Amino acid sequence: MKAIYILWLRQLKRYFRSRSRIVGSIGQPLLFLVALGFGFGPIYQKAGGGNYIQFLAPGIIAMGILFTAIFTGIEIIWDKQFGFLKETLVAPVSRLNIMIGRTLGGATVATLQGIIILLVSTVAGFRTSLMALPLTLVFMILIALFFTSLGTAIASILDDMQGFQLIMNFVVMPVFFLSGALFPLTGLPEAIMLIAKLNPLSYGVDGLRVALNNVHTLGLQNDFAILISLTAVLLVVGSYLFSKMEI
Amino acid sequence: MNIIEVKNLVRKFDDFVAVNNITFSVKEGEIFAFLGPNGAGKTTTIKMLTTLLHPTSGTVRINGFDPQRDQDKVRKSFGIVFQDPSLDDELTAYENMEFHGVLYNVPRKLREERIQQLLSYVELWDRRNELVKHFSGGMKRRLEIARGLLHHPKIIFLDEPTLGLDPQTRNHIWSYVKKLNQEEKITIFFTTHYMEEADKVAQTVAVIDRGQIVAQASPAELKSRNNTASLEEAFIKLTGQRIREEEATGKDRMRLRRRLWNR
Repeated sequence: MKAIYILWLRQLKRYFRSRSRIVGSIGQPLLFLVALGFGFGPIYQKAGGGNYIQFLAPGIIAMGILFTAIFTGIEIIWDKQFGFLKETLVAPVSRLNIMIGRTLGGATVATLQGIIILLVSTVAGFRTSLMALPLTLVFMILIALFFTSLGTAIASILDDMQGFQLIMNFVVMPVFFLSGALFPLTGLPEAIMLIAKLNPLSYGVDGLRVALNNVHTLGLQNDFAILISLTAVLLVVGSYLFSKMEI
Repeated sequence: MNIIEVKNLVRKFDDFVAVNNITFSVKEGEIFAFLGPNGAGKTTTIKMLTTLLHPTSGTVRINGFDPQRDQDKVRKSFGIVFQDPSLDDELTAYENMEFHGVLYNVPRKLREERIQQLLSYVELWDRRNELVKHFSGGMKRRLEIARGLLHHPKIIFLDEPTLGLDPQTRNHIWSYVKKLNQEEKITIFFTTHYMEEADKVAQTVAVIDRGQIVAQASPAELKSRNNTASLEEAFIKLTGQRIREEEATGKDRMRLRRRLWNR
């Protein structure tokens, strides 16, 4: 327990100490929100979709969480060679506890990132009620947990940062763009719709939209059940891969 | 009594035999140098001794325990300073120590006492609240040694602890290590490419080459056996003149990037 706590604490300390990283990782979602939000806003309005910023913000929050979560997971590649992680691997602590501590730490950081983006998006004109926050937080945490464990699982297999670009282009980007973060999942070509339905982030984005905008598309129960079970599966797979990791 | 016992240890990576049937032992309280050219199998052996890597075959006993079956007992028995620094740069010296203490389950009060004692010992107590990223290479090494000792291990593994350090710092580090060995009776297991260090410090030297142990004796005996004036000459006689070419791996690329970006 103590080991899990200290590993979690370490992630938080690192997060709060690197302000440049906080600012940097908020920059990209903010750019998307402003450029796409204001750029496509008029067209979206004309097409009868309503306020695009209002629609887009939950997607951008999901994006911020996705990126931060995957990064903290992938960081393990680096960490197992040049970091504290190597130290923990020879400590009398089970791999499972190390993995849990790190995943919780990474997920907490990613959730914080999501909260910051939520706050920032209100400046851009996004509106929601305080009542929406508890459910929002639940989905933020679920998205964060899922993708941190995904990052951990991937990092356990990869040996060096060469594969990183591959992960960005073939996992992170498609997951983001085909999740309904930027467009509504209605009236789409069947193939795109199928991919979106197979994409875990779709359910996270949908859940956030239910919580923040009260817009239902995939069904709140579905969102919740699918994310929870996928996260559970991934945590098991990630722990297994992590425990088998040799450095 | 032998605190490290290795018998017929083998480790293969696909077709490549990194460690090929080695047998050696280290006596309790001894300073033991494990020498060999690049790619000889030193780090692979250390990884197997320290539970990070499973042997393909053979047996290992650390403080009487098997690194595969009694992982935690083995892990409590040793401290290690890795070839690549493994401190958290974003944490202070004190926090790095504290985290180690928590991971090794050292009770709070004892932990605080020992941290103060060890940080003073390596002359870093005054800088305990500074972030490690502002430390020099030598300071980081000293901190790592202090950290490796926090849980009072019986053995400490030092994998090229003086690589890239100036002679002053190297001297400093070896005098800590020797003092530690004499006063606390901690067994020291180290690797280095500086033969004069091994000559000065080690009681026993084992030379590994191409995955096999080619000699094990005291530095003096190695010199007289090979009829050479220095350990370096004896080493070269044993392992040959040829320069070992190692292919750059992903790890080396990361190491390079790390140097460039100073992460």
